[in-house]
Amino acid sequence: MTTTEAETLSVVVEREIPFPPEKIWRALTEPHLIEEWLMKNDFQAAVDHRFKFSADWGSVDCQVMAVEPNRTLSYTWGAFGLGTLVTWTLTPTGAGTQLRMEQSGFRSDLPQAFHGARAGWPRFFAALEQVLARAD
Amino acid sequence: MLTTHDMVFRTLADPTRRAIFERLCREGEQTVGALTVQSGVSQPAVSKHLGVLRQAGLVSDRHAGRQTHYSAQLGALAPLTDWTNEMTGFWQSRFDHLEDLLKRMDQ
Repeated sequence: MTTTEAETLSVVVEREIPFPPEKIWRALTEPHLIEEWLMKNDFQAAVDHRFKFSADWGSVDCQVMAVEPNRTLSYTWGAFGLGTLVTWTLTPTGAGTQLRMEQSGFRSDLPQAFHGARAGWPRFFAALEQVLARAD
Repeated sequence: MLTTHDMVFRTLADPTRRAIFERLCREGEQTVGALTVQSGVSQPAVSKHLGVLRQAGLVSDRHAGRQTHYSAQLGALAPLTDWTNEMTGFWQSRFDHLEDLLKRMDQ
């Protein structure tokens, strides 16, 4: 674990893709297309919509938080009693689109109804970092 | 792919259990009695939480006379500390699938 929560608990994957944002947006928001690259789902591009991704190993409980067509999409991603937030950002480039996915982990500021987003996690990890640092 | 995380996450998702584990991490080995004093729950409840933690490999127990001493097993936290690596791998493979799909899609 590193020193700050944001560094430790955030995953960023970014790639330039040779297609326009409009086309990528469809793949990110149309359920039958999402299923082809991510998981089965009942997604709708509407803020507050609750949906699930499901796979052989289980399912992920989600809720749409932000929709800005062809630009940004974010949804909560809940698994194992933990809340994370997945944010997609599409930026046009000369050759296509810079597509960025950030998953920020263990957030405590997600809706209560989104079961499992427990306020204690970030504090717990902060405390644990100190312990693990001493253990080395 | 996520099943290795499952038990550790679920076990620590309970705030009382997490507090017990955190205390063992901070203060080292403790008896059930000592843990009960500060936990705000009954000794049987603490024992039950310790049993769950032990099943997940997060604590180990050592018997000394009539007392059982519990200690935290920091190695069992590896699935948590590896979370970012695992998820990065997951999303990178999904990006590959997404690119494949985009190539197949009509404009």
